[in-house]
Amino acid sequence: MDWITIISTTLKSAVGVETVLYGLAAIGINIHFGYTGLLNFGQAAFMGVAGYGLAVTVAVMNLPFWLGILVGLGAAVLLAVLLGIPTLQLRADYLAIVTIAAAEIVRLIFRSVAFKDVFGGSDGQRGFSDGFYALNPFPEGDYGFNLGPVPIFFNHRLLWVLLVGWLLIAVCCGIVYLLMKSPWGRVLKAIREDEDAVRSLGKNVFSYKMQSLVLGGVIGCLGGFVYGLAFASVQPDIFGTETTFYCYTIVILGGAARVLGPVIGSMIFWVLLVLVYGVLSEAVAAGYIPFMTSIQVGPVRYILVGLGLILLLVFRPQGIFGDKREIAIDAR
Amino acid sequence: MRRAVIAFTAFLGGLVFLLAGPAHAGPAECQGLKGTLKLQGQPVNGVKIAVTTEGGQPVKEVATNAQGAWDVQVDKPGKYKVTLDVSSLPQNAEVRGGTNVRTLTVYEGNCSAVLFALQPKGAPGQQQNASAEESPFWTQFAQLTFEGINLGLIIALAALGLSLVYGTTGLTNFAHGELVTLGAILAYAFNVGMGLHLIPAAVIAVIVAAALGYAQDRFFWGQLRRRGTGTIAMMIISIGVALFLRYVFLLFFGGQNEAFAQYTAQPGVQIGPISAAPKNFVAMAVELVVLIVVGVALLRTRTGKAARAVADNPALAASSGINVDRVIRIIWTLGGGVAALAGVMLGLSQNLKYTMGQDILLLIFAGVTLGGLGTAFGALVGSIVVGLFIQVSTLWVPPELKSVGALAVLIIVLLVRPQGILGRRERIG
Repeated sequence: MDWITIISTTLKSAVGVETVLYGLAAIGINIHFGYTGLLNFGQAAFMGVAGYGLAVTVAVMNLPFWLGILVGLGAAVLLAVLLGIPTLQLRADYLAIVTIAAAEIVRLIFRSVAFKDVFGGSDGQRGFSDGFYALNPFPEGDYGFNLGPVPIFFNHRLLWVLLVGWLLIAVCCGIVYLLMKSPWGRVLKAIREDEDAVRSLGKNVFSYKMQSLVLGGVIGCLGGFVYGLAFASVQPDIFGTETTFYCYTIVILGGAARVLGPVIGSMIFWVLLVLVYGVLSEAVAAGYIPFMTSIQVGPVRYILVGLGLILLLVFRPQGIFGDKREIAIDAR
Repeated sequence: MRRAVIAFTAFLGGLVFLLAGPAHAGPAECQGLKGTLKLQGQPVNGVKIAVTTEGGQPVKEVATNAQGAWDVQVDKPGKYKVTLDVSSLPQNAEVRGGTNVRTLTVYEGNCSAVLFALQPKGAPGQQQNASAEESPFWTQFAQLTFEGINLGLIIALAALGLSLVYGTTGLTNFAHGELVTLGAILAYAFNVGMGLHLIPAAVIAVIVAAALGYAQDRFFWGQLRRRGTGTIAMMIISIGVALFLRYVFLLFFGGQNEAFAQYTAQPGVQIGPISAAPKNFVAMAVELVVLIVVGVALLRTRTGKAARAVADNPALAASSGINVDRVIRIIWTLGGGVAALAGVMLGLSQNLKYTMGQDILLLIFAGVTLGGLGTAFGALVGSIVVGLFIQVSTLWVPPELKSVGALAVLIIVLLVRPQGILGRRERIG
């Protein structure tokens, strides 16, 4: 078994592209679910409209890169408002069903043949990231260091994506920290605890929930940009419901209603996934696990995700850093 | 409630008379080319159709079946050339426009329809006008209505358990779709794996799934309730259960499409404007009977009444001497069994796949929400409406977007009447 490669990929995944993009999406979920108690199961759609907003603006309409980012952000805000108006006055589980349905609608439209000229069908869109890489300050080459015998190197493109991604995470965490310390954030937490009490104090609950939905959606949509730019393409099925569910696992793992919870959660989530995958596939290839084939390794790690989510919520719903009193897991 | 029940019973009674319909139900997995050859509304049998890649590499050669239908599944999306062998056409028929070659693009996960319009020889464009130009809309409408009812009945079977579990325990179970898949895969295991005929295999699968439903409540959800786990936590736990089960299925079943050993390629029969394979008639009859039996049981038996009482107000039901835990356990058993039956029926009408339950889950939610979350009969009415809507809407929207319409309607219903058709205002909180 090639332990050097396993350790190398595992360590790199702690700061890798998946960690960044799921971390951003999870920060958004944390604002919705952790702080406000909104069960938004359509986070994948926010990532999707952002990624596709950028892709379509640049690749199909040949407009500049920055305009694409603006279109993506605008699309995320629009989606949040459209989703929020019918559902924010309903109970939590209705919001969950509607947001998951809306996310599926968005995905099905992206992959439909009828709109293939715009969204590119199930192949998606590519060729829109040149504007981003033109800004890359790193000259071509591999950057990194050797940790003992373990090489940890990123190429210049990946390094640029990761730098921007982690800056975005830092900025978002800063925004969340400041907002949740402010009176505005206290109102959000109060809505999570008891909506009616907040209403009786004269606060416009609907408006606060809408602001939370928009803010979390916009932060989540940054994850969509990171995906599109890092892989230089967008495909509709990336933005399926399972993406959202992984974000929830990450938030709960790290600890809901904690500023750094989603970021730490994302790092642990991906380190574990990559480690399990690496060890299992090497072990199967080397013949240590005779009853499994290499194709079966993929499902196993998602079985572990499901199992992990169940065990977390049963035995430690506050995750690693959370506070049990601050988790919105009782229906109101 | 009473009035709703009577309305529903009348509705089901009416359905018995409309018992028919083929089942291209749900978001079928399909990647390739297909088409139907008809001459003056009659299917044309035995016409040879050859599919080649754009470069001329032969892919497959097929002949149309008794319904005039043919299809070719391809491994890779891309451009394909379809050639109709003119010499295999009946003596009196020719292709309208004269060209017997079509070039089409196959998209991933999509079936492209290939159109060859046939006309009687020597009477260009005249004769079929009488029968074809006026009736196609209504023929198609009737056909799609029956397909819709068929899909609706499958959704209704699955929705029944979901709605009752929600009503009695407050759990929005995202793992319910996996119970549907479970039924199909169990039946497949007994049918193909052990060599049983499909009918006993399906019966055993439903019994095993019902037992697993019981076990699920006895050893998992019931324990969580006892711990006082909140409903939102349980909802997220059910997502974990769904992911877990789905990938367990993938592990053991694999990612490919499969079909049962029997009843896969049945020649169709034509009844009025509707053409369908006999298995679909039988399937619909079974579904209807099960739904009626469950409906009557809910209304007439002591357990059924207790179940409705628990769904209405668990605390009040418990204080009036009903054993709430026992009722919930019965509902889980029933829900698991009925969902498994839905899975078998779904597998019969389309292929089996490990994501089949996940694909239909949102349609089940749409049906349940439309009818009113937590009401047993609302779920049935809502599901049939959703099934009908999905199939009939393909008259106007591309088939790949038919689920979009249903989900959009779900959102609109929540805007206008959030408690659903048969729900009560207070339920939405």
